[in-house]
Amino acid sequence: MCTTCGCGDTELVPVELHEKILAGNDRAARHNREHFVEAGVLALNLMGSPGAGKTAVLEATAKAAAPSGWRLGAVSADLATDNDARRLEKAGIPSKAITTGQACHLDAELVHRSLHDFDWKATDVFFIENVGNLVCPAIYDLGQAANVVVLSVTEGEDKPLKYPVMFKAADLVLLTKVDLVPHLDVDLAKVHDALARVMPQPRVIELSARTGQGMERWIAWLAELRQVVAPGGARPANPHTHATVPHVAVKVEPLHSHSHDGHPHAHGHDHGHSHGHDHGPGGHRHD
Amino acid sequence: MHEYSLVEALVRRVEAEARKRQALAVHGLSVRVGELSGVDAELFQTAYETFREGTICEKASLTLRKVAATWSCPRCRRPILRGEVLTCPDCREPARLDEGGDALTLDGIDLEVP
Repeated sequence: MCTTCGCGDTELVPVELHEKILAGNDRAARHNREHFVEAGVLALNLMGSPGAGKTAVLEATAKAAAPSGWRLGAVSADLATDNDARRLEKAGIPSKAITTGQACHLDAELVHRSLHDFDWKATDVFFIENVGNLVCPAIYDLGQAANVVVLSVTEGEDKPLKYPVMFKAADLVLLTKVDLVPHLDVDLAKVHDALARVMPQPRVIELSARTGQGMERWIAWLAELRQVVAPGGARPANPHTHATVPHVAVKVEPLHSHSHDGHPHAHGHDHGHSHGHDHGPGGHRHD
Repeated sequence: MHEYSLVEALVRRVEAEARKRQALAVHGLSVRVGELSGVDAELFQTAYETFREGTICEKASLTLRKVAATWSCPRCRRPILRGEVLTCPDCREPARLDEGGDALTLDGIDLEVP
């Protein structure tokens, strides 16, 4: 109401919000992160362009991580097929496909829903293989401990400069298919240089899923992060104990440090539940 | 083309605010888009024009404020220019993105209230 004269006219009110448009996704991601941290699961968001070798890296990881005894698991996003999930199952990684249809990226809610019918708690390292895309997935937090971006040597030396948002978000870059370098006109020094211009703290591992080059370093990197999520290599007996993260810059928040911001909690189940999981290896339905 | 899903989230948020304040109409929105937000401002505008039809934002203009991405040394504040290696040449510190360079925020709404 116009307060000056009481004439009944409406009033134009500017409302200041300064609120992230992705606030809803960020809330859902925080929630996923809590689940992962409570269960002592190292969750990683694996991104990269189509054909960069995301699935091949995971297949090779299954083999390379075997001596460590880690239980691996994955959800694999694809617009139209479950081919990647099938490949991962074949490689011995219990997997579930997330078919995104038109969506060019995963968001935290999609990941959350996929967790409901997958036994992710029975994993030590859980990969979220994102949609092949160097643009959209970069801005959606999924609740992962770290972002891993897969960049193949066939993609061009200046890819990081063309997609700075993706590489800025990366905690680690896996430079894949390095076995092909002798056959290509690619200068790896130029790739590293480009990465240093878009990442303040570039961490890069040169890797070949085919020859196994670099796999040891990649497994060592995973082991380092595992120490943060599940100290001592064992799963915490009490799910409410966990390490705080003083020095490793990964996204693992202290438990229950977040408030729910006064927003209604998005789901009705309680945090200590177990879903009646019957989706062990091979439990993923193949048509 | 994640701009459409972002615009959807934006409009839902505006609807909630308008409901909360029992607004009769929404006249304008202002959104800040950082250069490294991962959003193309023009695409975002186009997505908004398409999406707003039939929503409370139908008559609301969208003002986009673009913020350039700039980096600086967290220790000596030396600006690190675009395209440079993102490490301070003096302190060897990793550069830090200055405020707003990756922002994607709904800054304000003009609401018509009774």
